[in-house]
Amino acid sequence: MKERLLLKSETIPIIPKHVRFEFNEVRKEWVLLAPERALYPDKIAIAVLKKCDGKVSIQMIGKELAEIYKAPVEKIIEDIIVMLQDLADKGFLKEC
Amino acid sequence: MLKKLEAPLAILGEISHRCPLSCAYCSNPIELIEKNKELDTDTWLRIIDEAADLGIHQIHFSGGEPTVRKDLEQMVEHAHKRKLYTNLITSAVLLTRERLEKLKKLGLEHVQVSFQDSENENANRIGNFKGGHEKKLEIAKLVREFDMPLTINAVMHRQNLHHLDDMIKMSVDLDADRLEVANVQYYGWALKNRAAFMPTKNQLEASMEIVEKARKDLKGILVIDYVLPDYYAKRPKPCMGGWGRQFLNISPEGNVLPCHAAETIKSFKFDNVKDKSLSWIWENSEPFNKFRGTDWMPSPCKTCDRREIDWGGCRCQALALTGDINAVDPTCEFSPLHEKIFGSAAEESSNEAPEFIYRLYSNKEVEPIKK
Repeated sequence: MKERLLLKSETIPIIPKHVRFEFNEVRKEWVLLAPERALYPDKIAIAVLKKCDGKVSIQMIGKELAEIYKAPVEKIIEDIIVMLQDLADKGFLKEC
Repeated sequence: MLKKLEAPLAILGEISHRCPLSCAYCSNPIELIEKNKELDTDTWLRIIDEAADLGIHQIHFSGGEPTVRKDLEQMVEHAHKRKLYTNLITSAVLLTRERLEKLKKLGLEHVQVSFQDSENENANRIGNFKGGHEKKLEIAKLVREFDMPLTINAVMHRQNLHHLDDMIKMSVDLDADRLEVANVQYYGWALKNRAAFMPTKNQLEASMEIVEKARKDLKGILVIDYVLPDYYAKRPKPCMGGWGRQFLNISPEGNVLPCHAAETIKSFKFDNVKDKSLSWIWENSEPFNKFRGTDWMPSPCKTCDRREIDWGGCRCQALALTGDINAVDPTCEFSPLHEKIFGSAAEESSNEAPEFIYRLYSNKEVEPIKK
């Protein structure tokens, strides 16, 4: 049996092949397409998901966003983990 | 792009009503569409183009059994090229390794396989198809071997709910991503067999406990979708996320429907893709506009704080069970008929289950595999 992926700040997240995070040109909005699901991420989630390319850790993503949004880095990392854990539990996010 | 309305999110393409199984709970209409009335390949490719131009995200190829169509490959390939997320909803019994591999190469992104039970003999008895269960297991494994996400659709009822635990275990063993525990809905053919399928209250209570525990234990391993059957619910489900809000369904002959059971509403004339464009139909088709939003709602729905959550429930069910298409969905505890219908369900499920009336594509009844 596979194991639940528990995200930590050093995890390098990646959107798996069967999930598509893309900009719909007709609707003019970002969407996360997964099996029988379409999710519309908010502005912050979009910024996070754009970084889930299998190259950087959650910690790095947090640092970058903390600068952009002028917020404490620990809090941002905590929020990112909560958001991404929910996606991981649905199978819409993996680790690299 | 549409001016007034949000575009739908997904299309359910019922590309054929033909099916090798004879499930007695089939929710397709009593009158099935014959093969020679099915839309041709070019029309389906045009529908896919129109859907992509509207900004629709997903297409579910369904039926009947969608793999009976030899041009499924062309449809999947075209949908993928137009960036629609492609999903195959199948009984799997007609699929082969070669065909599945080809579909994957052409851009198929997800497969949902239906199971009648976790146990061989009972599963094949319910679908009335010898060797069906074994074949389903084989194809489900191949889906994962080809690295596609897998959903198990388990149609549950009085005659298999005692295997729910095993069904969950089977889904984990198959490395499925999601298990949809689908309680039988009594539309179309299924209504003939309601007494054979209606679960008892005890069965339902036990199944809810099992699901709740499994959801905790299997968090991050298996997603379990479970919806309480209407007859035992206190509030209606927001059928299709609300009438004409997110989904459209295309019948094998090209009628565009707000849900797959909508043709049970005989007073409606549905528009057809052969005469009108998808965007015209979505915006202007009379059946779509009739129950869109909240203006049409009867009291007490109109002032209910759940009116934009439940969206008035299911119109087909309101018609089937009350005779009035505008009535409150009797699933709702505020319907004057709720008690009566709840009572009838409990009574039905306490009697001995009758034999199934199997469905066959020819609409004839068939000899059942004996218990």
